[in-house]
Amino acid sequence: MLNEFAWMVGGQQGEGIESSGDILATVLARQGYHVYGYRVFSSRIKGGHTSYRVRASTRPVRTPNEDIHLLVAFDQETIDIEGPQVVPGGVIAADSHFKPQLPPGLSANLLDIPLTELAKESGNPLARNVVAMGATAYVLSLRLEPFHDLIRDRWGRKGEEVVAQNIQALESGYRFAEENLKGLRFEVEAGDGRSRPALLGNYLMSIGAMAAGCRVMAAYPITPASDIMEYLVRKLPQYGGVVLQMEDEIAAITTCIGAGFAGARAMTATAGPGFSLMQEALGLAATAEIPLVIVDVQRAGPSTGMPTKVEQSDLMQMIYGTHGESPRIVLAPSTMEDAFYIMFDAFNLADEYQCPVIVASDLMLGVSLQTVEDEALDLSQVEWRRGHVAGEEELAAVKAGNFERYSVTASGISPRSLPGVPKGQYLATGVEHAPTGKVTENPQNRVAQMDKRARKLSSLKGGGTRYYGAEDPELLLLSFGSTFGAVEEAREALEALGKKVGHLVLRRLWPLPADELQPYLDKAEKVLVVELNSTGQLRHLVQMHMGYQEKLHSALKYNGLPFYPREIQLRAEEVMG
Amino acid sequence: MAITVTMADYRTAEKSWWCPGCGDFGVLSALQKTLVDLQRLPHEVAIIAGIGCSGKIGNYINCYNIHTTHGRTLPVATGIKLANRDLTVIAAGGDGDGYAIGMGHFMHALRRNVDMTYLVMDNHVYGLTKGQVSPTSDAGFITSSTPQGNLEKPVRPLELALASGVGFVAQGFSGWVPQLIEILKAAIEYRGFALVNVISPCVTYNKVNTYDYYREALTKVEDIPGYDEKDRLGALKTVMEREGLVTGILYREEGPALEDLLPGFREEPIVSQDLRFRQEDLKALLEEHR
Ligand SMILES: Cc1ncc(C[n+]2csc(CCOP(=O)(O)OP(=O)(O)O)c2C)c(N)n1
Ligand code: SF4
Ligand SMILES: [Mg+2]
Repeated sequence: MLNEFAWMVGGQQGEGIESSGDILATVLARQGYHVYGYRVFSSRIKGGHTSYRVRASTRPVRTPNEDIHLLVAFDQETIDIEGPQVVPGGVIAADSHFKPQLPPGLSANLLDIPLTELAKESGNPLARNVVAMGATAYVLSLRLEPFHDLIRDRWGRKGEEVVAQNIQALESGYRFAEENLKGLRFEVEAGDGRSRPALLGNYLMSIGAMAAGCRVMAAYPITPASDIMEYLVRKLPQYGGVVLQMEDEIAAITTCIGAGFAGARAMTATAGPGFSLMQEALGLAATAEIPLVIVDVQRAGPSTGMPTKVEQSDLMQMIYGTHGESPRIVLAPSTMEDAFYIMFDAFNLADEYQCPVIVASDLMLGVSLQTVEDEALDLSQVEWRRGHVAGEEELAAVKAGNFERYSVTASGISPRSLPGVPKGQYLATGVEHAPTGKVTENPQNRVAQMDKRARKLSSLKGGGTRYYGAEDPELLLLSFGSTFGAVEEAREALEALGKKVGHLVLRRLWPLPADELQPYLDKAEKVLVVELNSTGQLRHLVQMHMGYQEKLHSALKYNGLPFYPREIQLRAEEVMG
Repeated sequence: MAITVTMADYRTAEKSWWCPGCGDFGVLSALQKTLVDLQRLPHEVAIIAGIGCSGKIGNYINCYNIHTTHGRTLPVATGIKLANRDLTVIAAGGDGDGYAIGMGHFMHALRRNVDMTYLVMDNHVYGLTKGQVSPTSDAGFITSSTPQGNLEKPVRPLELALASGVGFVAQGFSGWVPQLIEILKAAIEYRGFALVNVISPCVTYNKVNTYDYYREALTKVEDIPGYDEKDRLGALKTVMEREGLVTGILYREEGPALEDLLPGFREEPIVSQDLRFRQEDLKALLEEHR
């Protein structure tokens, strides 16, 4: 009896691979499985091998792994490329249409199934993926009714005939598998019956942004961030907000700077190339002290890199990007729930500290489909904090044109006035300025303003890390972002082997929460920093600011694929010796 | 009780950085006078200035000012207007700011048509960086970056704007402040994107396109018999025939601004709305993913 299983469908891009994956993921999520769906795609619209992987479990899953129990192949290439991942005893259900061959050395069972033919017989030649769902249901011992329900939900609008065709397609796939596999199937533990929403990280982050009060969103399309704009353009107007697709990323960020200056919560979302274009404006927001949220859904760089592949290599650009020295906050969500909540932190901190906040997401978190627990998203746990906004009362005593928007305070945070409010007029500028905003190159003022801006962040404390695992670990795993699930599974596997391993997740990358990191770094004998880049940017960051050179080791991956738990486990064992 | 806005309300204590005689002085006083004539309250006006001598204009007007990075006034202004549609939004900058580094934004702002005024102080040269060629410089114009004379053809902002379909295109001359005030009033009151290109001589780095030259060369549209500001093709023809040397409201056509077309865009400015979210709304959104 399996308590978890993995399924994959593969074929040519544009052949309905994504919808097959979505159907299965949704059905499983409705039945109370925890689901992780991950689509491997390329920057082409039609053609090119593509696959969709669904991992389901009776306990939470937060990462893909390497095993496949059932592979649905729409072409031979899928068998050749993905076949080796099928577990011994697993099934490859391949469309008879292309005369599938098992390459030598594969121990999987081949189910040569006429997907295309059965679809035609159902009356809907396009229902090949629904036939495959039927076979899937058989191989994974899943009940058919939830598939029926989904078919009705998806195609009910198109009339009874379409529904009937799809149901026939589903059942013909099931029967064919039943007759030909003759009991060769997996017994799978049932889900807990609690239906859970399953959605992309990009969508949940968009919902988080909207709930956090984002009302202006401006962006320029880029993989893998476009979902955020596309989601918000459909939803935000219902809450009074507006989304604009701009002419480029410079326009996107500067539109948000304008909206932020005016007092709205504004955000843009992009990936590395677009974030590079935003660098100059980032300095403007920091110097003019304008709140702004930027989501960077990182992908493999540099340059165009691999647009559809994951990487965590914009870290240094997020922390140190733009000329000169300017404050900003960088947050990194590592789970779905946190992708939601971190948007509240992002907007609250942007307002309170009057500076840009960058949310370091990445392709895996952004475009993977994951289940979430409804009650884990709870608005009674959040706050909407707008920072020090000077209202009419506070401004009443100001002499015309003398409001000290950039007054040098002990905290570094100065009162902010919003256009439309009497007596709050000032000049917001990226040019060095006096407390009133008036431009000046006076040396003492320069130092006072630089120090003031830098000082703001020194009061930002707490909430920068999360810890999992042993009290006094031999090995500390340090991670951020989407590698969370893989690192956790590696930690659990090592623990099961009797190793003492801890896992520290950085939720705030900048300012680096050194005070939170220190006790863990002190205690651990060795630290393995896990990150999806080639130079070990996080390791260098920690080393540069905190030392610990001799303790720090790297687990790096930069071939475009996510980390799998086993890889991290092996590297950890190597480091522990 | 009606509050009366006077010129004093729009002045700042700031000492001007401009060279004596700079055309931008005329633009500044025309803009201040316009805002007074329209009785706009300083705190309800946002000026978004670019980088350049021209971009200093915001330093000298008491209102909500933002000084952007070079060339980015228009998207910043877009964000401000969307966030608070009650504000009077005026973007202002130079010919380099708007038609070189900011050209991409210019073309898109024209067709996006957010309600704002774009005031370009066009001196056919880069003033602040000390006299390089600009996109509007005449062919043959000799500068520190074109020692042999400008080899490139000047950009034609009025023609581009007329061709873009935008509903308000005007040109003023900082030597003719009364006409400029009338233009600016109409531009600010126009619902939609209004381009006002203002010929604003640089007395230091442009010894060719001077006040005297323009007083000779420019024609006011009101002096052109039968000129019709509703005739886009006619406007284009006049501007082309006269090599852009015309002032006045060249084209004006009423129509909806982007804000009138945005789905669900409320009368109440975004900044005044309650931004909190309700659990039942969240629940409904998640329900779509089940
Ligand atoms: C990104 C960037 N590149 C270059 C500059 C330098 N720079 C400042 S103003 C300017 C040109 C100004 O010309 P224009 O817009 O015509 O304004 P003017 O000074 O003539 O009023 C340049 C190139 C800059 N500030 N930023
Ligand atoms: S350099 Fe030219 S544009 Fe700049 S202030 Fe002097 S006259 Fe005006
Ligand atoms: Mg100029």
